[in-house]
Amino acid sequence: MDPRPDIADALPATTRRDFLKASALAGGGLVLGITLGGCAKPAALGGAGGQPVAWLRIGGDDRITVLVDRSEMGQGVYTALTQLIAEELGIAPSRIQVESAPVGAAYLNALLGAQITGGSTSVRDAWEKLRKAGAQARTMLVQAAAAHWGVKEAALKVEDGAVLHGSERLTYGQLAEAAAKLPVPDKVALKDPKDFTTVGKPQPRLDTASKVDGSAVYGIDVKLPGMLHAALAQPPALGGKLVSFDAKAAEAMPGVRKVLATASGVVVVADHWWQAKKALAAVAIRWDAGPNAALDNAAIRAKLRAAAARPGKPVRSDGDAAAALKGAAKVVRATYELPLLAHATLEPQNCTADVRADGADIHVNTQTQTIAQGAVATLLGFKPEQVRIHTTLLGGGFGRRLEVDYIPAAVEASKAVGKPVKLIWSREDDTTHDTYRPPAHDEVAGGFDAGGKLVAWQLHLTSPSITARMFPAVVENAVDPFAVEAAANYPYDVPNVAVDYNREEVGIDVGYWRSVSHSLNCFVAESFMDELAHAAGKDPYAFRAALLDKQPRFKRVLDAAAQKAGWGKAPAGHHQGIALMEGYGTYMAQVVEVSVTGGALKVHRITCAVDCGRMVNPNIVDQQVEGSILFGLTAALWGEITLKGGQVQEKNFDRYRLLRLHESPHIDVVLLDSTEAPGGMGEPGTAVVGPALANAIFAATGKRLRALPIARQGVVKV
Amino acid sequence: MTTIDVNGKPLETDAAPDTPLLWVLRDHLGLTGTKFGCGQALCGACTVHVDGQPVRSCVVPLSSVGSAAVTTIEGLSPDRSHAVQQAWMELDVPQCGYCQSGQIMSASALLAKNPQPTDADIDDALAGNICRCGTYSRIRKAVHRAADLLRAKAAPAAAPATKEG
Repeated sequence: MDPRPDIADALPATTRRDFLKASALAGGGLVLGITLGGCAKPAALGGAGGQPVAWLRIGGDDRITVLVDRSEMGQGVYTALTQLIAEELGIAPSRIQVESAPVGAAYLNALLGAQITGGSTSVRDAWEKLRKAGAQARTMLVQAAAAHWGVKEAALKVEDGAVLHGSERLTYGQLAEAAAKLPVPDKVALKDPKDFTTVGKPQPRLDTASKVDGSAVYGIDVKLPGMLHAALAQPPALGGKLVSFDAKAAEAMPGVRKVLATASGVVVVADHWWQAKKALAAVAIRWDAGPNAALDNAAIRAKLRAAAARPGKPVRSDGDAAAALKGAAKVVRATYELPLLAHATLEPQNCTADVRADGADIHVNTQTQTIAQGAVATLLGFKPEQVRIHTTLLGGGFGRRLEVDYIPAAVEASKAVGKPVKLIWSREDDTTHDTYRPPAHDEVAGGFDAGGKLVAWQLHLTSPSITARMFPAVVENAVDPFAVEAAANYPYDVPNVAVDYNREEVGIDVGYWRSVSHSLNCFVAESFMDELAHAAGKDPYAFRAALLDKQPRFKRVLDAAAQKAGWGKAPAGHHQGIALMEGYGTYMAQVVEVSVTGGALKVHRITCAVDCGRMVNPNIVDQQVEGSILFGLTAALWGEITLKGGQVQEKNFDRYRLLRLHESPHIDVVLLDSTEAPGGMGEPGTAVVGPALANAIFAATGKRLRALPIARQGVVKV
Repeated sequence: MTTIDVNGKPLETDAAPDTPLLWVLRDHLGLTGTKFGCGQALCGACTVHVDGQPVRSCVVPLSSVGSAAVTTIEGLSPDRSHAVQQAWMELDVPQCGYCQSGQIMSASALLAKNPQPTDADIDDALAGNICRCGTYSRIRKAVHRAADLLRAKAAPAAAPATKEG
């Protein structure tokens, strides 16, 4: 997802309650402008000047807490966003406690218009905002200290959580109560980046300790007094419906408290999850397969292929690509097809709901607090502020938890039994009831003039739209912006470029999957650039480089990756492929080195050069590069969801294969220094590895992969 | 009621005998550091030690545990001082962290019987543990680092023995 502020227009209007002023804690201390409840469009915040400081709590005991308003799903936001505040506050990040923020107007992601963790936006959205919050707090603490000592603020300095005046010292905790009585300053000066002490430096993550001793609390670990446990049976065919069920046998089983029908399917509530799961198997359920009773992958492919015959909505038009292709001395055409993919977060979907007459507490591993709150409020007939969302750690997100489909059944069950209920999906539930990465059918053409110059590029995309379902207002009379990423921004210097998009639904819900349409379109664009290079008889790296003179950031990462990888100098029997992309404000190029021996593929090494602008924490950027590459590599090698009679055939990790340690190649990461604005890092790596790998396989075998996964194309064994 | 030995303590549970050890630990005994990932011994998130051997607790029925000593991530050390935990922190291995209890239990079981594992040994021992975030390169480095830490710890005791030899 790239940021699109107009998503806010698609959100339900809700009320909000802001406490914009600093207020004193009962126990003596400072709560800076904590905002409670509700949500709003960004415009309602009143612009940057009126932005409340909602991220910081300083106790009289010197306990400093940052409320992080983005979900920690491994991408390191608890650390990176805390660093931004700590930098200006003047304290080491390691001295700060992190809590997840509640739902609140102050916590809207200005790039997405809701409280959402997605689109690799967290650092981009927080970069100014959280440094300003830290600076506001520091200013108030210094003002309080100046008043205490009766000196000018300029005579004071801050050092690791204290204000100093000569040899005198007051800690932030000692100053917090007085500081809380001061107005929040509107204008504060931010540090010159050259003076940064934590931002831009590799820093240890703040959440690591809790993740090596089992104490980290994910959604699945939530414990509430009196809590019951639930398991869910959903219609086996996607889009199917419950007809009837007989729970007599199940109700007699040990621990079972209730069996109920919910909008999602049949739920068994029991004292323990294993009891609920066992009892669920004893419920006799009749399902109606619904409209997808005959849906399979061949039908989806045929539907997209037929739809591709239609012209699409224009996305980009430079010059006249159609005319240029007609007049070209040489035209190359290809069709690419890409499969449905599951997210496969290692923590299966789950939700703990505590519904009472006057409100509900929802403990959930969500990426979208605003939508989760709205969904529960609508379901229960509550006002949004009656629904408190408690965000736990996420055992992986990857876009899966932008959906709220795993929340309602827990809410309905808790309401029915009058107790807190934790509902956990099994792995099989999770794999078979995902919202899958959209499939695509894309047709692409390139034309050379008589002198061998690439003069035309035409890309015709056909796929279902995620955003049409999630945020319909965004795509009303417009192209889904999350369907044309890495296509609309085709970077090469070609005079005639046409990109269009053809929306075609396939009968099942599709969802945002790490890097969204970048993962589709980068594969097509960068594989086809490789085809064009070979058609022109040129080296794939040199061919690209020659078309990037006007794109210095693209050129820089391409050169850096080629250099680090030793482009053209692979060991005997090894072959290289290259690809690049800009996404989320980050520029990236990758070189994949493979060998094919006796038809078997081995991926030896992946080199990735990154220009993501200013980095908050290179340690975490490095993690994200490696992780996103392996996520994309897994998908390119094995990822495909297969439908038969509307039912997903892959149920567990035996058939939905994920990369393992012994299959993971050596990865070299080159992080380039940059003073550009920060780019997003959670997703881009995922999209670039697929085409670089397919291009390497072409170099090794002479066979072009125009469909994925590689395991099912019969070109190489994996 | 069944009594099992978990992290050196006898703990009583009323779970049915066919309940997987994973759910006994998580739901009945409140030890949620051990994770549910697949329920079929395919992902390794639920790895615990039973008499020192790494096992997938999602497929081990309570009835089969008997008097064996069960160690979970909570019992590996009281204070994150186990060499594997130390190495994991030093190299900042976890991302989402969900698989890491299982990774750490597999790695610690490996090092207990093979204090100087090769890359191939590590591949064999940890092939059953999926990390969806892709922390594998740091996992590999951290296992080697933990081996170094264990060697350094053992060194003072080893020194006199060398002299005698």
